[in-house]
Amino acid sequence: MIMKFCLWLLLSLTLLAPLQANEAVPMAEDPVLEARLVQLSDNLRCLVCQNESLSGSHADLAKDLRREIRGLMKAGKSDAEILDFMVARYGDFVLYRPPVKPTTWLLWGGPFVLLVAAIFLLLNLLRRRAVALRDSPPPEQLSEAERLRARSLLDGESSAKKDVLS
Amino acid sequence: MKRFLIPIVLFIVLIGFLAVGLKRDPRDVPSPLVGKPAPAFSLPMLVGGQSLSPQDMRGKVWLFNVWASWCVSCRDEHPVLVKFVKSGKMPEILIVGLNYKDQTDDAKAWLARFGNPYTLSLVDADGRVGIDYGVYGVPETYVIDKRGVIRMKHTGPITEESLTSRIMPLLATLEAEPR
Repeated sequence: MIMKFCLWLLLSLTLLAPLQANEAVPMAEDPVLEARLVQLSDNLRCLVCQNESLSGSHADLAKDLRREIRGLMKAGKSDAEILDFMVARYGDFVLYRPPVKPTTWLLWGGPFVLLVAAIFLLLNLLRRRAVALRDSPPPEQLSEAERLRARSLLDGESSAKKDVLS
Repeated sequence: MKRFLIPIVLFIVLIGFLAVGLKRDPRDVPSPLVGKPAPAFSLPMLVGGQSLSPQDMRGKVWLFNVWASWCVSCRDEHPVLVKFVKSGKMPEILIVGLNYKDQTDDAKAWLARFGNPYTLSLVDADGRVGIDYGVYGVPETYVIDKRGVIRMKHTGPITEESLTSRIMPLLATLEAEPR
């Protein structure tokens, strides 16, 4: 009885499922334009969910902006003009690749400055070490007795370990 | 001891940067529109239906406040605006609402229920004007001067604190400016 009820429930839920699906987005209307839209909006930030790109976001604003960009593309605007349109409204923050200008010099150049500084420090360190090695006195030779003792220590190592363990 | 000094100093500098980063609000994106003329539009009023454009507001200092009946944080902000208007401290300041992507009936019911601080509200049903103003989270407020230039953008709900410490002083200076 319960089994039968569950089956009915499952069946009716399955029938309901298509009703919950979202409205289809007109993708196939112009595949070339859609591809261009995805490529362009991949490099734009969705301002509502800031770590998502405009192409992947389901936020209402992202849908509106995609609609807007689609309209601009249909009106024959170039990619650069569309990016200008976005930047004029939302600032450089919408671009995942910020432009190179005085306020972003540190952002773009910073890593290279650090790299050059690191290479400089490394070379300096190596040079100082080379000087220190050259100037240090040659290592003392072991006497015959010391050599024999070292040999016996090295040979006896495995058996000594066993002793400790047992 | 000296060899540890440099790493420790670097570490403290790093902590300083992180601490500043934690305090900043990532949602507060500076608007490129500040200092620029308010983007043009012509929108119907919520009540009456006549259209209005920023040109009609020349010579007035006004707040352009983006709101919607579906917006939860607008409910936090709304009493502050109602109180500001009721206090009558700055009667010369007009508050124009931008009813953003809303249903007209819902919007009217919302104003009837929570009070109406707006001189008038404009209907931006498809959000196009919102995009021109760089709206990305409702509520947002623009302070626009007598020459029609955006002088400040406030993202998120206006609080009692932000109103008295930042917005009202700016309104007073703008009001004193010549036309």
